[in-house]
Amino acid sequence: MRRRLTEGVFHGIALLATLALLAALGLILWTIAAQGARALNWTLITQPPTSGSYTEEGGGGIAHALIGSLYLAGGATLLALLISVPAALYLRVYASSWFAGAVRLLMDVLWGVPSIVFGAFGFTLMLLVGLRASLLAGIITVALFELPIMIRAIDEVMTMAPRELEEAAYSVGATRAETAVRVIMKQALPGIVTGVLLAFGRGIGDAASVMFTAGFTDHIPTGVMDKAATLPLAIFFQLGTPFAHAHERAYGAALLLVILVLMTSVVARVISARLGRYSVQ
Amino acid sequence: MGARPIAIEQLNLWYGALQTLKDVRVEIPARRVTAIIGPSGCGKTTLLRCINRMIDLVPGARVTGSVRLGDFQVYGRGVDVTAVRKRVGLVMQKPIPLPMSIFDNVAFGPRLYGTGGRKQLRETVEASLRVAGLWDEVKDRLKEPAGRLSLGQQQRLCLARGLAVEPEALLFDEPTSALDPISTVKFEHEVLKLKERYTCVIVTHNLQQAMRIADHVLFVYLGELVEHGTAHQVFTSPREAATASYLGSGI
Repeated sequence: MRRRLTEGVFHGIALLATLALLAALGLILWTIAAQGARALNWTLITQPPTSGSYTEEGGGGIAHALIGSLYLAGGATLLALLISVPAALYLRVYASSWFAGAVRLLMDVLWGVPSIVFGAFGFTLMLLVGLRASLLAGIITVALFELPIMIRAIDEVMTMAPRELEEAAYSVGATRAETAVRVIMKQALPGIVTGVLLAFGRGIGDAASVMFTAGFTDHIPTGVMDKAATLPLAIFFQLGTPFAHAHERAYGAALLLVILVLMTSVVARVISARLGRYSVQ
Repeated sequence: MGARPIAIEQLNLWYGALQTLKDVRVEIPARRVTAIIGPSGCGKTTLLRCINRMIDLVPGARVTGSVRLGDFQVYGRGVDVTAVRKRVGLVMQKPIPLPMSIFDNVAFGPRLYGTGGRKQLRETVEASLRVAGLWDEVKDRLKEPAGRLSLGQQQRLCLARGLAVEPEALLFDEPTSALDPISTVKFEHEVLKLKERYTCVIVTHNLQQAMRIADHVLFVYLGELVEHGTAHQVFTSPREAATASYLGSGI
């Protein structure tokens, strides 16, 4: 009898916690959707603000921040990818276990470092080499911020690839490099895609790392040395103004950001499922 | 291509200070099935893996002595391990298909060596699958992921993958321990056909299996090659007490 009661209580608490979670998430999404939907129109996503982001006159949209964010997160993700995949393959195929362990620990520490610290580091680096706030500086900083996320995600799926897979490749005379690229990478491909899109999602949503490094502007960047606006900062600066039209654009930007992150997750799942066809269980 | 005998001389293996193979000397004849038998943890698999230098992958393993495949010194100075493994195929305990299609699994090895064009690759893949006794079952589904095959089929696929690089000897490490009885019989049947062209060495825990397919038997106990001879001799009149006692407990 007592065990049945405990079972019932536990079931109830677990259900309640899950419902609370759903309610909180639902409330956030509903607020953003309700506030942002009013602002969401063609002008919002195709035009920069006509007379600036924080002026009394309204008009225009946040195309500059949308495009800036896509450039920035896209560039950073690409840069981080070029480093993450070879690094993760190195950890799996070549590194001694203590070295791999040390690198993993370091990546876990970096994973936990707040993005503002990456921003500060990026800023210091810029001062050192004489780079001004620009798309390029932002891309480098966000890439640094994305690196631990991406490496750990990719490393995790590569670690999950069975050891025997390597032996199977070695046993027909494959070298370590051939095994890494043709077998381990192929096996881990769905996980790599998920890791990359996860990092992209984190990168595109981050405000603190780009504040000093990419700057903020009302214009669409035309080159890597231009300053670039981003959606998170567009929300931050426009919510800080006393103007209703700016607030509306801020919520529009928030909604866009949520849609982008959501789309990234969905795309990640679809691609993973498709690429996972060949993966060995 | 041609089967070659394997000559093992004064082979010792250490993991740090622990010696797991002690002065193994034996000739493994070509075109025969040689079974390595013995209790678990006594060095059967280790001995097998010394033959194609998969043992190199184990951190801290140190080998002395020599293994020859025909005239080829497996542990010779400047020998490329990938060349060794191309010449000595290995089928492992668990069937491990590579994460790709059935065709690509078999073509994996030949593609590494870049031999011939697309047509020749298709021929190699088909021939290897035929020899492994899998062609008729997969010829219409070569593009499907290899993981969709049954375990028994996967093990024959692994065999075909090893055959595709035209080895001279084949090693089997308890190849049927993960298979059901029917797949096991089919696999043994393929091994018996393979001995016409290759030197076959099989590690097995299953004494009945050794009796069914082996021409020669090596009995390994505590890192030493205690006894070796024809299957008939070892199974019916073992010379050493340890062999007799193992066979007695196993049957």
